[in-house]
Amino acid sequence: MSEPENANAVDVLGLECAYEDKVILKDVTFSVRQGEAFFIIGGSGCGKSTLLRNLVGLNQPVAGSVEFFGRPFSAAGLQERREQLKTFGMLFQSGALWSSLTLRQNVALPLEEHTGLSRREIDEIAVLKLAQVGLNGFEDYYPSEISGGMKKRAGLARALALDPAIVFFDEPWAGLDPVTSRRLDDLIRQIRTTLGTTVVIVSHELASIFGLADRLIMLDAGAHGIIAEGKPLELADSSSDERVREFLHRGKIPV
Amino acid sequence: MIQMRAERVDLNALFICSAGMPPGPEPFAARATVWSEGDTLELTLGGSWRMTEARPAWKDLAPAGKPGQVRLKADQLGRWDTSLLLFLFDVREWCRRTGTPCDPSALPDKVKLQLGQLEAANPTVAPRERADNFLTAVGMATRHAWSNLRDIFNFVGECVIGAIRMPRHAGKFRWRDCLDQMQACGAMALPIVSLISFLVGLTVAYQAAVELRQFGADVFVADIVGLSTVREMGPLMTAVILAGRTGAAFAATLGNMKADEEIDALEVLGISSVEFLVLPRLLALAVMMPLLTLYANCVGILGGMVVAGGILQIPPSAYWIEAQGAIDMTDINTGLVKATTFGLLIGLAGCLRGLQANRSAEGVGRAATSAVVTAILLIIVADSIYAVVFHILGV
Repeated sequence: MSEPENANAVDVLGLECAYEDKVILKDVTFSVRQGEAFFIIGGSGCGKSTLLRNLVGLNQPVAGSVEFFGRPFSAAGLQERREQLKTFGMLFQSGALWSSLTLRQNVALPLEEHTGLSRREIDEIAVLKLAQVGLNGFEDYYPSEISGGMKKRAGLARALALDPAIVFFDEPWAGLDPVTSRRLDDLIRQIRTTLGTTVVIVSHELASIFGLADRLIMLDAGAHGIIAEGKPLELADSSSDERVREFLHRGKIPV
Repeated sequence: MIQMRAERVDLNALFICSAGMPPGPEPFAARATVWSEGDTLELTLGGSWRMTEARPAWKDLAPAGKPGQVRLKADQLGRWDTSLLLFLFDVREWCRRTGTPCDPSALPDKVKLQLGQLEAANPTVAPRERADNFLTAVGMATRHAWSNLRDIFNFVGECVIGAIRMPRHAGKFRWRDCLDQMQACGAMALPIVSLISFLVGLTVAYQAAVELRQFGADVFVADIVGLSTVREMGPLMTAVILAGRTGAAFAATLGNMKADEEIDALEVLGISSVEFLVLPRLLALAVMMPLLTLYANCVGILGGMVVAGGILQIPPSAYWIEAQGAIDMTDINTGLVKATTFGLLIGLAGCLRGLQANRSAEGVGRAATSAVVTAILLIIVADSIYAVVFHILGV
């Protein structure tokens, strides 16, 4: 990767997100450092997923800017955006595998689109990525033939296909059993330590927040924006905002 | 007097219970009795209160005058559910309306707790008004139409740009998908296209035969069937079949992909959904439509031949020679030009509606319906335009 070493992985400045006339978030400003595990947390309907969609360009923000490694993204032209899209991967809540392709073809597609590698090399990488997430032997299965947890892992393999500098996760633990959740935690830890990948995760899974997060921001539906930013344990113990402590203590503020 | 009315309700409830229900583990029907003591009205609730069974109503028990206070209590109260709460809620509302103090302190704690929740849940704010006045409705519809039109232009523009880029990126074109689609919308449609075309040819021949016989111009049935099939009915009927069969399938597939975030996954990887999903489908339809139309033309003429032979006793050879004389290449070509256009319109309508679908099961259904309606509308409009243009050009 040719990312400048001192730049932040993500810089968000004064972002305003809206659906038609309804403003969901306004004046959202934060940065994610390189190599960090950064969580976006908050109650249901507070705009976590909306923020993520605006970050990766699936929705266009009403105001404000998003930069990756110091390069403008949200305001960039199509070609520049396409170029930058190669530097990040995304794991969707449902896995979002392409149902007409096998797992191998799912992982291979980003490589076919964005690299000049040969068919054989692409195939080898696809098999390797699937093995990394524990799906060896399932290369030629279609998404409809595997379980929800496996779909998520295959989605992660696809998100990692281009060895991205940043991986975005949208509620990765939703609907997973505790054991599979733990395996996903380990996978995320592994890609961080081995590849130095920056991860940005939207979630409200407390165990994983405390286990993985370096820093987090908390959004609130009433405030239409960020109400806290910091390390999870510090916020849980000593945030001045009762909502933050309540959230991080599962609705029960310690006396 | 109050007591009399209470007794009546009591008996009713008991009667219904004993008549309608087999004796089970809950022998007591819901019971509510009022007893006047000084200016205090004592309301005693007992028995088993079930939503699915008969129960007393407060309006039958409510006193005509206003008592000093209403005291609620339970006596031999069996199992109870929301029906008891609704009854108590009615009592409380009546007390509030008439300004009568209500004392629920003698009720069991569980009932009081649930009653509190019911009262808290009772809406105090007016429900959200969703109806709009006329001007707002017109404004919203205009805005919707405008954004819809813009979407169509954007989509068609993207398709054109994609098509222009295609020869340069032919290696990345999804040929495999395109061939799959060709099979699905072409080869697999042959049985239904055969049946419909044959029947349409047959019907046209019947209609023509009745008239032509009166003038002894029987053999011209071949001209009528041949020309109308090749120029009009062949392309049109094939297009209508494919609009229902393939256009709806495109919309449903793409709509479902959108609901499952598959389209988002493409966009995030910098892969254009138009180039990846739409162009292979458009190409498949643009290629298969003329081929299917040629086939439909042949089957339609065959249908006419059967009627000519069976009713008008025209031998197949004579029918064939007459039809050959009537149809020239221009007629066939105009039909094929139309067929290609119809194919593109069906593909565009199906893919656009699919990509516009809401992220829900209902959205996918609506997208499929809308794709068929849009495609048929566009086909008829395009057909009319072609009729005028061909007339002006003299072809």
